[in-house]
This record gives sequence, C-alpha cells and structure tokens, in this order.
Amino acid sequence: MDLNLSDEQRLLRESAERFVAESYDADHRRKMANDPLGFSPAVWKQFAELGWLALPIPEDFGGLGGGAVEIGILMEAFGRGLVSEPYVATVVLGAALIDRCGSTAQKQVSLPKIADGSLKLAFAHLERAARFDLAKVATAANKTAQGWRLAGTKIAVLDGHAADEIIVSAHIHDHQGPSGRIGLFLVPATAPGLVLSDYPRLGGGRACNIELSDVHLADDALLGDSKDALPAIEWAVDRAMAALGAEAVGIMQTLLETTLEYTKIRKQFGRPLSANQVIRHRLADMAMQVDEARSMALRAALKADSPPIERARAASGAKAKIGKCARFIGEQSIQLHGGMGVTEELEVGAYFKRLVAFDTLFGGSAHHYSRHAELGRNAVPT
Amino acid sequence: MDLSFNAEERAFQDEVRGFIAKNLTEEMKRATALTPSVFSDPDIGMAWQRALHANGWGAPGWPADHGGPSWTPAQRWIFETECARAGVPNVNVMGVKMVGPVIIGFGSPEQKNFYLPRILSGEDYWCQGYSEPGSGSDLSSLKTRAVRDGDDYIINGTKIWTTHAHHANRMFALVRTSDGPRQQDGISFILIDMKTPGITTRPILTIGGDHEVNQVFFDDVRVPVANRVGEEGKGWTYGKYLLEFERGSGIASAKLREGLKAIADLAESDLTGRAIDSPDIAARISEVEVDIDALEMTELRVLSALQTGQNPGAVSSILKLRNSEIRQAVTRLGVDVIGHDALAVEPMRPLYKLNHEPALPEEMLTVVPEYLNGRAWTIFGGTSEIQRDIIAKMMLGI
Repeated sequence: MDLNLSDEQRLLRESAERFVAESYDADHRRKMANDPLGFSPAVWKQFAELGWLALPIPEDFGGLGGGAVEIGILMEAFGRGLVSEPYVATVVLGAALIDRCGSTAQKQVSLPKIADGSLKLAFAHLERAARFDLAKVATAANKTAQGWRLAGTKIAVLDGHAADEIIVSAHIHDHQGPSGRIGLFLVPATAPGLVLSDYPRLGGGRACNIELSDVHLADDALLGDSKDALPAIEWAVDRAMAALGAEAVGIMQTLLETTLEYTKIRKQFGRPLSANQVIRHRLADMAMQVDEARSMALRAALKADSPPIERARAASGAKAKIGKCARFIGEQSIQLHGGMGVTEELEVGAYFKRLVAFDTLFGGSAHHYSRHAELGRNAVPT
Repeated sequence: MDLSFNAEERAFQDEVRGFIAKNLTEEMKRATALTPSVFSDPDIGMAWQRALHANGWGAPGWPADHGGPSWTPAQRWIFETECARAGVPNVNVMGVKMVGPVIIGFGSPEQKNFYLPRILSGEDYWCQGYSEPGSGSDLSSLKTRAVRDGDDYIINGTKIWTTHAHHANRMFALVRTSDGPRQQDGISFILIDMKTPGITTRPILTIGGDHEVNQVFFDDVRVPVANRVGEEGKGWTYGKYLLEFERGSGIASAKLREGLKAIADLAESDLTGRAIDSPDIAARISEVEVDIDALEMTELRVLSALQTGQNPGAVSSILKLRNSEIRQAVTRLGVDVIGHDALAVEPMRPLYKLNHEPALPEEMLTVVPEYLNGRAWTIFGGTSEIQRDIIAKMMLGI
C-alpha cells in the first residue's frame, strides 16, 4: 500500500505544471475561446514532443505504456490551465478504444500516429434518446456486400471538428436483422454522408453533432471482430470520467486559490472579506471538498483496470462526488467574487463553466449515484 | 502507487484475523453491536484491552520502549480495519490514545513507570477533565483552579461532559494554577485519583437515553504536586498535543463502512419491508458510501505521507470533520430506513442485557439512540465550527 508518487510520476507532474504555468496563460485562453479550431496545433505538437500523446499507448505501438494514474496527473495540470486541446477525445478515449478493441493491424496503423501527433480522433457515441444510458444505441450499422452502411445521429461529440477519424458506435444489423451487439467503426471525417455541425463547448474547446446518412464503409472499418463493444465502451468511458475528474480537481484547486487571494485583498466594512468567519468557513468547506475530490479522482484512476463492477462503482462514485464538489466550489467561487464573478472580465466564470460541463458530461451526480447503487446490488459479496 | 498490500502486509492481516477469531467472544461482539454510545462499557472494553495487551498490542501508537508494537502506518491501517470489520469493542481512548502519549511525551520517569503499565494492562481506567460549563469551544477560559499548598494543590471547580467519569479511577485534567497575560497561560496538566475526598460525580443522560457523560465537582480536593505532568503553567501545550491525537487518530473509515453496512443490511431486509427498493434510499446509501470512499482515500494518502516521514498538518481537522459528518449521515439514514419502528423507545440500558422482549427487532435497537447521541460527534473534540477555523488558519492562512 503506497499512494506516494514515484519519481517518474513526480517528474511528469512537474513538467505538466510547468508547461501550463509558462505557456497556458489567460491571453492564450482568450485567444483559443475565439478561435474556430478552439485549440493550438503548435501546442498539440508540443504535447507530442513531451511524450504526452504517447503516454497510455503500449510500448509495442510506439507508446510509453502509462496508466490511468499518469493520465490523471497530466489532466489535473491541464485543469489548472483550462487546456482546450483534444486530449480526452484523441488519447483518453480514442487510443484506449483502439487499443482495447482493434485488431493488431488496426493498432499498428493508428496508435503510432496518435503517439506522434499526426492522428486526431473523436468518439461519437452519445444520442439524445439514450440520455446517459451507454447501452442504448439507435445508430445502425447494416452489413452490406462490400462492408457496412451506417445511419443515425450522434450528439456531444468532443472535438469532432478536429478529428481526422471518428470512432462511431452503431447497433450491428446483419442479414438476420438487429443483432443486439454494438460495433465501433472507424470513420474518416471526410466520409461522404457524414455531416458534422460543430459548436463552441461550454467551458472551452469544441464539440459537435454528427448526422450519418448512409455512410458506406469497408469491412475493416469495424474495430476488431463483431463481438459486442459495450463492455469496452463502458471501460473507456469510466476511464475518461476518472481523467475528467482529475481535470476537475485542477480546476477546483485554481478556483480555490484565486478566490482565497481575492478574499484577502478585497476590503469591505474596513477589513478584508477573509476576516469574516462566514467567509473563512466557506473557504474551509471549499478546501475540504477539493481534497475529497482529489481522493475520489485518484481512487477511480487506481481502480481503472479493476474487475468491471469494482471499476464502474469507483468511476461512478468519483463522477457523482466530484460533480457535487465541482458545483459547490464553482458556485461559491463566483459568490465570493461578488458581482465581478458573474462577468467575463474575470476568468472565474470560464473555470466555472468547465466544471458545469464536467458535471454534465456522461451524466450528472444523480445519475451516477443511481448507477453506483444499481451496480452495488449486482455486486457479488466478497 | 498501489492500493494493494504486499506479502508481509497480507501476512500481518492474517495474523490480526487470527487474533480476533481467537479472542473476540460472541458476548463482546453482541454487546458492541448493541451499544449506542461512543465507548463500550468497561467490562466489555477492558476485556478486549486485556486480550490486546496479552498479545503485545495494547497500545499501537506508542513507541516500542514503552510497550508499543512498532507497527508501520500500513499495519495500523490493517489492524484498525480488521477490528472494525469484526466489530470489536470500542475501548475507551482516554488512557491509551490520550493521556498515554502525553505522559510519554512530557511525564517524569516516575510517572512513566507508574502509569504507563497500568494503562496498558487496563488496571487504570481514565477520564478526561477538559470542558467546563462556562468553557466549551473557548476551552482555555477554564476556571477550575489549583492552589499550591505545600506539596499539594487544592483544587476547586467543576468539569463537564466527562465520559465514563462514573467508571474511571483516574482523571487527567486541565486546571488553572495562575493567571497569565493570555488565558492560555497559567494552565497546568494534572493527574487526579478519582477516589480523592471532595470529588463528586453527577450523571448526565444524553438524548438517546444513555449515561456516558457526567459532570464532576471538585471541593477542596487535595492532589500531590508530583501529579502534575511537565511544567506548571504549560498545560495548554500538552492539552493541545493530546487533542491532535484525539482528532488525528486518523483511521475512521472502516468503522463508518461497518455502520453503513448494518443500515444497508436492514434496508435489504424484510424487517424494513425492503427500504432499499425506494430509489431515494438506494441513492442515499450510495451517496454515503461514496463519502466513506473519499474519506478512506484521504486517510490512506495521509498514511502514505506518514510512511515517508511527511507531516500531514491540518488534514487531521478535515478527517475529524468528515468522520463526524458522515457518521451523522449514516445514523440519519438509519432512522429513515427503519420507518415506523423509529417510534419505539427502549429506555433500559445496557441494551445487551435486556430482561424483557423489546418492542422492535434487536437489529434496530440502536438505530434511533445512535442518531440522537450521534449529534454530539460534530460537537466533542472541537466542534465542526472550530475545525473549520483551524482549516482556514492552518491550511489557507486566513
């Protein structure tokens, strides 16, 4: 039992924190917020040079073989700077799905390109009617003589606009009709029949909705064989929730520090705000919740490769708890900044919006407490 | 980073399980489960303390030269976790975990030789004389006074919320020996024999129906000066040192988990008409379980830091706060789970020696008393408000 960082992990944290502190300032964020791409290709190149894009990819495919804990260390630092590069879409979700589901040939083609920065991915899975149910996929993949024909609508595809290829989930229909299995298809962003409407994402970066009307694909567009991809999707989304949780911790830490500083400087009634017990206790609660969130993000990362129920309960528990902490810390940061907190002139609002986006993505606290409870009742007693 | 235990730690876990299997009697287990106050009665608690001591485990936190087992933080974690899982008695902490460390840290050689073995063996039973009717959160305003008279102090005043004063043969107390420029000055740390003439004890019943705390009165109580620990007037320093032990003993999540499990078991039982089938109850159980997960991870992070010699600092206040709040959430949930059975009051104590058939199933007997008595968790050992002050000051610098 040891929760101290290894030397390698400490170095990773230091280099990530240094990068964010030095290169990712308020001016850069403002520029990115008004940029049609929403992130900087030059920064993406730096990510590749620093080895961050290769981090979780197995060494056999040009990666560094890191795990969820290392991803969490990186994501926490990203959170502090509100980084908007498509890291979750390409590396945390995209690379993980290809690594888990793809054939050796598919991995050989894609993973080294992700690692060197020449391939960006997105994961198109969510659908309106499914709400937060990952198993509910109406998009259909029909087996044809030449390969596959995809039709359906996807929403909230993170960074889809920047992706070279999009991993689309679809319900496999073979010649006997609906198979009850979900397949993952690697679709070029330029594929005829794929229409992408992108929008600026709450809290930075971009996302899109995707319309697929009779998109024709070759046989080998399907990742791996045609066995049900749902367990892999759940595994990857649980991993992404752990990573996003760590990012939220970085955001909350920055909000706590910013707000603390402000309450020390801002004077009302002839004394600093922080001289008031009601303010000091609020900040103590915020500090405590950042710490709880940090514990939960780490826990989800440490259990990211545990048996499915244990992993999923850790991920849902973390998502629910961190979401609750995030709303509290975000809302209170604005409250303690007073009127200025509600304006675009301070960055508090930008950090807050990223936290709201975190809480919403893949389902909020209420959904994940229910999922946690449901999974607990299915758990085999130990 | 690794959450799992290594081979040595797993071997130790087996050793602890073996010890518990051999020494924890059904009577102790049932009595512990049916105790709705913080500590087990002395007949139960001290029986367990004697078993621990016989195995060299009487004082896990003490240094080896005073009889401690020299466990690593991970071993202490395993020990506390296994004990919680098995439902061992809650031994009164006033001796081993509170006055013991102060005597080890600041006591004279004579005091160490006399008191420490008697704490380990359970021969002495201690209570704590800190709070007074006029001095709660503002503890250093205390007024109980010790006036020097030759080789004795003569003590007058009163202490309150004294846990198990009615069982204890000794008390450690903070008393005022002089008036300094600050109210923290002039306080001394004194060890008092409870059989000394002039001491009277008044029971205080708590709202759950239990007699655990008392008020203690001192009328011209003569105590040898040799019973003072450390220097005269430095008692506040020693007392604060002790409070850090009280708050930072640091391993609470395992007990919370067992408490929640008992409530979840009730919720899944026909006794409550399967309360768990209500989505609201199921989600609330998950919410509390997740809070326990977070506390457990924080405890493990602190343990890991301790293992490398780092100081966890004000995080002991976070642990105290969260432990007490979650404990209250567990007991609140319990009341909601048992539904109409929450209306039945069983006034007899102890609950494990009832000589009549209670109005509600045995599994439910402690639910409402634990909720009611449990309101004290966010008050004793420094209220939640005081803990938030400490976090603001120590962690945030405001």
